[in-house]
Amino acid sequence: MGSYITFPELLIWLPLLAGILCFFTKREQSAKSMALIFSLIILGISAASLFYTGTKYATWNSVNYFYPNNIGNTFFVGLDGTGRLLSFLTALAFPIIFIAGYKTSYKSASSFYGLMLLTQSGLMGVFCSMDALLFYFFWELALIPVYFLCSKWGGEKRIQATFKFFVYTFTGSLLMLIGIIYVYLHTSGRIFEDGTQVAHSFALNSFYNASLTASEQNWLFWLFFIAFAVKMPVFPFHTWQPDTYDQSPTSVTMVLSGIMVKMGLFGVMRWLIPLFPLATVKFSHVVMVLSIIGIIYASCIAIVQDNIKKLVAYSSIAHIGLMCAAIFAMNQVSVQGVMLQMFNHGINIIGLWIVIDLLEKQTGVKQISKLAGVANKAPVLTIMFVIIALANIALPLTNAFAGEFLMFSGLYKFNIWYAAVAGIGIILAAVYTLNMIQKVFYGNTNTVVDAVKDISWNEKFILALIVCLIFIIGIYPQPVIDLTKEAVTVLVGKIK
Amino acid sequence: MSNVLQIAWLIPILPLIGFIINGAGRNVLSKGISGFIGSAVVFASFLLSIYVFIQVKNGNTHVAHYFNFINVDSLKIGFDFKLDQLSSLFLLIITGVGFLIHVYSTSYMHEESSKDFAKYFSYLNLFVFSMLLLVMGANYVIMFIGWEGVGLCSYLLIGYWFKNNDYTDAAKKAFIMNRIGDLGFLLAVFWLIAKVGTVSFDEVFSAASLAKLSTTDITGITLLLFVGATGKSAQIPLYTWLPDAMAGPTPVSALIHAATMVTAGIYMIARSNILYTMAPVTQCVVAIVGLATAVLAATIALKQNDIKKVLAYSTVSQLGYMFLGLGVGAYTGAVFHVMTHAFFKALLFLGAGSVIHAMGGEQDMRNMGGLKKYMNTTHLTFLLGCLAIAGMPPFSGFFSKDEILAAAYANNPVLWGIGVITAMMTAFYMFRLYAMTFTGKFRGTHEQEHHLHESPAAITIPLIILALLAVFGGLVGIPEVFMHGGHKLEAFLEPVFAQSNAITIKHELSHSTEYMLMTVSVAGALIALLYAWNKFSKYEKTETASSGFAKLLENKWYVDEIYNAIIVQPLKSLSAFFNEVVEKKGIDGLVNGTGKAVNYGSRQLRWLQSGQVGAYVLLMVLGILVLFIIQLFL
Repeated sequence: MGSYITFPELLIWLPLLAGILCFFTKREQSAKSMALIFSLIILGISAASLFYTGTKYATWNSVNYFYPNNIGNTFFVGLDGTGRLLSFLTALAFPIIFIAGYKTSYKSASSFYGLMLLTQSGLMGVFCSMDALLFYFFWELALIPVYFLCSKWGGEKRIQATFKFFVYTFTGSLLMLIGIIYVYLHTSGRIFEDGTQVAHSFALNSFYNASLTASEQNWLFWLFFIAFAVKMPVFPFHTWQPDTYDQSPTSVTMVLSGIMVKMGLFGVMRWLIPLFPLATVKFSHVVMVLSIIGIIYASCIAIVQDNIKKLVAYSSIAHIGLMCAAIFAMNQVSVQGVMLQMFNHGINIIGLWIVIDLLEKQTGVKQISKLAGVANKAPVLTIMFVIIALANIALPLTNAFAGEFLMFSGLYKFNIWYAAVAGIGIILAAVYTLNMIQKVFYGNTNTVVDAVKDISWNEKFILALIVCLIFIIGIYPQPVIDLTKEAVTVLVGKIK
Repeated sequence: MSNVLQIAWLIPILPLIGFIINGAGRNVLSKGISGFIGSAVVFASFLLSIYVFIQVKNGNTHVAHYFNFINVDSLKIGFDFKLDQLSSLFLLIITGVGFLIHVYSTSYMHEESSKDFAKYFSYLNLFVFSMLLLVMGANYVIMFIGWEGVGLCSYLLIGYWFKNNDYTDAAKKAFIMNRIGDLGFLLAVFWLIAKVGTVSFDEVFSAASLAKLSTTDITGITLLLFVGATGKSAQIPLYTWLPDAMAGPTPVSALIHAATMVTAGIYMIARSNILYTMAPVTQCVVAIVGLATAVLAATIALKQNDIKKVLAYSTVSQLGYMFLGLGVGAYTGAVFHVMTHAFFKALLFLGAGSVIHAMGGEQDMRNMGGLKKYMNTTHLTFLLGCLAIAGMPPFSGFFSKDEILAAAYANNPVLWGIGVITAMMTAFYMFRLYAMTFTGKFRGTHEQEHHLHESPAAITIPLIILALLAVFGGLVGIPEVFMHGGHKLEAFLEPVFAQSNAITIKHELSHSTEYMLMTVSVAGALIALLYAWNKFSKYEKTETASSGFAKLLENKWYVDEIYNAIIVQPLKSLSAFFNEVVEKKGIDGLVNGTGKAVNYGSRQLRWLQSGQVGAYVLLMVLGILVLFIIQLFL
């Protein structure tokens, strides 16, 4: 093993390398171009990984380095269906973000792009890690650059927002670390290829097979869950999110909302549920009730929200709530729906941010009540936005429909009332989305909106790409389902 | 050899192509071209629909499978179209009436800029596409795609003049109310998936699947589906969006809010007829809700002065009739009424559009009057439409309404009685409308009078065609009592409802009873008609404010206000409570409180690091002492 370079390695090292290189560039333009070129290369590699079908590692395209005299951790990375899907989302999102922000100039751009690429590396690592310590390392690697990005390039209240974000996520991470160490101490030892023997191991499989009693699982479950719940975020661990989305530079908000929230969902699927199957069954109702409260609660707040960025943030909380509930329904249909939706939610929300960022930059306001009649000034922008917003509320033939349909269907199988109450979210989503469209885009133009111009080439290109993806996946979602089918079966099998 | 009907995918694709061309080319296409493309694609679909209809009539029904839409585990949802008697009939109505309305629109919308003109046609094409998906889908999911799709198009077209806030409010209301219904539909689909593991019509309605469903299941599923139908087909309690939907351009009202989209609920229930037949409780609910809606809407229509509002409430009321038909098991009758209603209601709306056009946008009937002098074709075709909707023999509405009423009588004479009273109200408000608009003296301004003219051929020709259909369309369903084997439609649709017919006991009415029923309803309607004509042909504008019951009706029983008070406002308050109290003071307060406590704690601990060596030594000594004590005792 390790005699050839595998996809996961490339996906982790390349952005890391590019990020470090970016720090040493002098001019803004070169940092920008380098980041874009590298991210496109990474996208190419990731796309290739989707088609990879090695006979030897049908499920996992993996590599495992080990270091002698260690404590049982290795550099063990691999990609299964879920990992491929999410690493592809990550690889796709970054070039989109870079192109959309191509005309924005950041002060000390080399550090900005460097940090962005480090984040990408961390995210890739999270989705590839098959070793708990490595997972934790990448988890932090993805987060730490974001703290810097928010606190240095954010809005007026960035320090406050970053602080809150930091406190929330850091508390979560620490709890998880305690959990990881505890589980580690309950794993059986392993013998490495060179004969070294260790008492415990951080490897994924050792973790899965750790001997934990039901009562141990019960409290470990919460240590891990809180870390993931903060990241998603699930009610009531969510209040960092609207502020952070509001205050971060838009490129970072896109990373946070498009990809980072999936870290939480991914963590639940890769670590939490397989590690603690007994506790999962025991607490599934608690988690689902929290998630469903979150759906209704966040949707309601979105209805009265005047800040358009916070509106999208709350709408995202509602969507994530549904995904979290659907994971804990733990049947093939619901989890498959989550897979689809994780990808689609990422695409759609990035699309929404692109438009919102554009409006904010041109008008200088983000209050819905101050905007009106944008459709008169920017018809193309309006059409794009309306399509993306409708995809966001899962209109059929757009990408989110199949995912939501499956999630609700699975949820219904688990518990009728959960599905029915969560379903109210469908209606509320229409309420806040249409309210926003009506107030911002329809009506007569006011003086604030006079400054708006229709979109330029880079935004048009990116939005058109997003809209195409929306329809392609919306009409033919089956390839995404097939990609993750096996991973879903394995995961669901852990509970039965 | 594959079935010739496999090419049915062309039927929805053509309007979709029209949508894309008009949508993408809206900046370059001239009005002539976009109007032509928009109409031509629908006409082509119409021709194909005729082909499909002939094939089906010759006994070739087919389920065409195109690709797998969603395949997860044992759940297999294909992108399939079902071409049978029911769907082929609806295809004809949608593309046929749809085409006429497209042609009409080329003239009606000519004042729009070429950009908006193309946008309008692209939306209309998209609507036709969605509606076709709805009726062609071979499973509930494909049907649902069309189901939400027509809701979206309705939203886009009601809010077509998007600068007007009232219009976009109406559009929003339509979409949201439809979504409430859609949730019911979806839950029913999930229920089906959970119990029988499939959504395809053929599989769900097979004996094996039906055997898996308990009575509770079937009742629950059918009730939830009916919730969906109340949204789409504007029944109590979700009907209030439809009258507001009149904010859209008039041809849109004709196409979407009268002839096609609103009949989606009827189609869906007719499609699921076996489930409804097996759920008597639901049937009862459907019949009562249908009848109640018919009565309520008819009473409101009595006092409305906006010409489109009257027609809108009459649509709600007629839809109620159709649900009554479904509820008493007269599936053929309901579908028959869908068809005749599509003819005469499209005719009436387009006629009203012609009037509004001539009046320069005026919709208030109090400012009209005497228009028959100026617009002969419009007047004549409109009169025929009124006679048809009032159920005068031998116009189309007579046959279809009679069939529903007869079935209602067989089920329960009380239903019939209320139905007849509603029919009388229908005749009354329609002829009130007719008389106020076309007879008497002109009551508008001089400017308007000067402007009055008959509409151009692109408007009058569709009117004439629809008028012919409204007059003669009923002849496909002549009841048995008049002519043996006269009900061609029933014979045609027989295979669709065969399953239901096999398990229902038919109450055959004697011929004399049927004659009696017809006489009573026709006589009642005739009296109401003549009374209204007599009363309103001499209508004079008066300024007296109405009071009491009349005021209640004028304000539509205050239903909108009630909904506002019991649903909209509480939702807003709840949301504000969540936002202001729970979020900011509750959760965030807790988080910030923790932060403050930590801050406070650190500030208190700061004296530990005072920088004075003496203090440190003191602390150290204290610490050692504590350790000693602990060691001593443990």
